[in-house]
Amino acid sequence: MEIFISIFQQLCFAALLTASGVLIGKRVKAISRNIKLGKAENRSGNGPERLKKMLLLAFGQKKMFDRPFVGLMHFTIYIGFVLINIEVLEILLDGITGQHRLFSPLLGDFYPVLIGFFELLALGVVVACIVFLVRRKSGLVPRFQKPEMRGWPSLDANIILIWEILLMGALYTMNGTDAVLQTRAESSEYIASHYPQTGPFLISGLLVPLFENLSTGLLIGLERFAWWIHIAGILAFAVYITYSKHLHIALAFPNTYFSDLKPKGQLENMESVTKEVKIMLGMENGTENPEQVDEEVATFGAKDVTDLSWKNIMDAYSCTECGRCTSVCPANITGKKLSPRKIMMDVRDRAEELGKYKDEHGAEAHDGKGVYVDYTSKEELMACTTCNACVEACPIHINPLDIILQQRRYIAMEESDTPASWNAMFSNIENNQAPWAFPATDRFKWAEELKQQKS
Amino acid sequence: MDNNTINIPTMAELAAKDEQPEILFWVGCAGSFDDRYKRVTLAFVKILNAAKISFAVLGPEESCTGDPAKRAGNEFLFQMQAVQNIETLNAYNVKKIVTACPHCFNIIKNEYPALGGNYKVLHHSTYLQELIDQGKIKIQDGGEFKGKKITFHDSCYLGRANDIYEAPRKVLESLDADLVEMKNCKKNGLCCGAGGAQMFKDAEKGNKEINIKRTEEALATGAKVVASACPFCMTMMSDGVKNKEREQDVKVLDLAELVAIGNKL
Repeated sequence: MEIFISIFQQLCFAALLTASGVLIGKRVKAISRNIKLGKAENRSGNGPERLKKMLLLAFGQKKMFDRPFVGLMHFTIYIGFVLINIEVLEILLDGITGQHRLFSPLLGDFYPVLIGFFELLALGVVVACIVFLVRRKSGLVPRFQKPEMRGWPSLDANIILIWEILLMGALYTMNGTDAVLQTRAESSEYIASHYPQTGPFLISGLLVPLFENLSTGLLIGLERFAWWIHIAGILAFAVYITYSKHLHIALAFPNTYFSDLKPKGQLENMESVTKEVKIMLGMENGTENPEQVDEEVATFGAKDVTDLSWKNIMDAYSCTECGRCTSVCPANITGKKLSPRKIMMDVRDRAEELGKYKDEHGAEAHDGKGVYVDYTSKEELMACTTCNACVEACPIHINPLDIILQQRRYIAMEESDTPASWNAMFSNIENNQAPWAFPATDRFKWAEELKQQKS
Repeated sequence: MDNNTINIPTMAELAAKDEQPEILFWVGCAGSFDDRYKRVTLAFVKILNAAKISFAVLGPEESCTGDPAKRAGNEFLFQMQAVQNIETLNAYNVKKIVTACPHCFNIIKNEYPALGGNYKVLHHSTYLQELIDQGKIKIQDGGEFKGKKITFHDSCYLGRANDIYEAPRKVLESLDADLVEMKNCKKNGLCCGAGGAQMFKDAEKGNKEINIKRTEEALATGAKVVASACPFCMTMMSDGVKNKEREQDVKVLDLAELVAIGNKL
C-alpha cells in the first residue's frame, strides 16, 4: 500500500514539476520576445567591467546598503532564498526519487547542522518579511503610498511577502513533524525507513511540543501536507514571479551586466539626425550613400516600446517597484506628477499589452497605442530636470531618465508639441545662438564692460 | 601682480598673431549674457590673468552648445549647434577647454566627440583645484572666508553626471573655510530644479518649487555662503534665498568668485 502511495506521490510530483516548467518556459519566451520588441543597441564588450558591476550590484547588492537597515533585511531574504534552495534541491530530488532526506546519510552529522543553519536563515526571512509588510502597511514610508502603487502593485508586493512567510512556515512544520516522527521509528517499518534519524533541528525542534501528542497518522499527514505546500508553493512562486514585479530576482543579473558604462551625463546622439544636419549645413550632399536613401525613416524619439531599445524594456521588467528613484526625484518630492518608478511600470505594462496583442494578431500587428500618451502623460515627461538622481538611486542600474528623454524627443521632433516657452528658447538659439533673447552681437560685451570697470 | 591689467584675448586675435593659447575659456551663454553670471566670468578671467595663464575666448564666435535644446528633446537644434561649434573649435585647433558651466562641460566632453569634437574638457572647479595644487594661485592667510561656514551645492551635471564631487570641495578647503554639508549632498545632492531645460519654462503643477526645497536644505546648515559652480544653480539658489528673505545675511557665490575674493582680485 505504502509503495503505491509513494509512486502516486512521485507521479504527482513529476506532473507538478513538468507543469511549472512548461508555464515558466512559456513566460520566459514571452518576456524575451517583449524585450526584443525594442530596438537593437550594442551593450557588449568590456566584459570584465560588466562582470564586476554585476557581481557588486546584483550578487553583492552593494547599492542596497545605501540604506543600511533595509539593505540588511533585504540581504537576509536574498541569502535565505539562495541558500535554502540547497534544501529545495534535496526536496526536488526526494520528490523525483520517492526518497526522504536524501542528503542525510551523505552528510551524516553535518546534516542537522546544515538544516539548523537553513532554519536560522528562514527565521531571518520571516522577520524581514514581517518588517517589510509593516513598512508597507504602516504608511511610514511615503514612496509605498504613491498613486502608481494603488491596486495590483501593492497587492503584488503583499502576496510575495505573505507567500514567503507561509513557505517558511511550511518548512518549519515539515521539519518539526519530521523530528517527532523520527522518535517513532518502532511504530512501523515505513516510518523507520522514511524518517531517518538526523538528530534535532535548531528551530523546528522548538515546535516539537506542539506536535508530540498527535497520532502518528496525523503527523504523517501533516508532514506530507507541509512538504507538498512547501514545494508546490515554491514552484507556483516561480511561475508567479514571471507575472510579477518580483522578476528582479532573476533579471537583476543580466540587467546590471548590460547596464550603461558611459558617464551618467552622456546622452546618446541620434545618428539619423546627424546625417540630416550635415546635409542641411552643406557638409554632405546626401547622395553619397544612395543605397541608404530608401531606408525606412524611423520615428524620431520614442512613442512606443518598439521605439525604445531592448535595454529600456529589460530595465522595465527588472524593476521591482521599490521606488527609491521616486523618493529622490526632485519633481516628485515637490508634488509633481512625474514618478520615475511609474515610467518603468508604464513601459513594462505597455510591453505586456503589445506582446499579448501580437500573440493574438500576429507578429507584425500593432494596436496603434503607445507608451506615450496612453500610459505616460506629457505632464510627467515635462517635469524631469534630468538630474540623474533616479539613475543613481536604483540598486540595479535601471535608467528611467533615458526613457523620459526619448519620449521628449518624440514630443519635440515628431509632434512639435513642446511648451511655448521652450519653443521660444529654441528660436532664440536658432536666431541669437543663445537660449535667451539677447542679440548675438552682444555676446562679447562682457569683456568691454570689464575693461571699462577697470579703467 | 598687477590687478588692473585685464587681458581677454580672443582666438581670432591670437590666430592672427599665429599664437596658440594653452586653454580655451568657454564662457557659455549665461557667462556672456546673464548679469549675475557675468560677474563669475569676470572673476574667472581675473584669476586666469593673475595666474598668468595663456588662454583665449571665442568671443563673438561662441554659440550655445545646444544643451537646453537637446535636453528638451530637440536633437536637430542641438546637433546644428554642436556641428557648427565643432567646426569653429577645430578650425582653431583647440585642444583644451575650460568652462564655468557644468552643462557646457558635460555636453562638450561627452556628446561632442561622436560628432567630431575631441578636446580635453575641464570644468572650472577642477581647473581651479589644479591651479591651487600647482601653487599658481595662493590664498593668502585663508583670505576673508577663513573659518566661515560655507556649504557647497552640487550641480547634477558635475556630480552625478560626471562624478566630480571632490574638486569643488578642495577649492573651498583651500579658503580655510568651514565646509558644512547639506542633508543631501554629493551623489545624493538635490537638484536646484533648473536642469533639463527647466530653466526655460515654468515648473509643472506641484506643491513646492524645487529651488525652495533646496534652499531650505542650504539654510538649515547655518552657512552664510552657499557656494555653487553652475549658472543655473546660481540663479535658482539666489532666487530661493531671496524668497526666504535671507539675501542680507546669506550670499550665493560661485567658486571662482570665492577664490577671486579670497585672493583680493
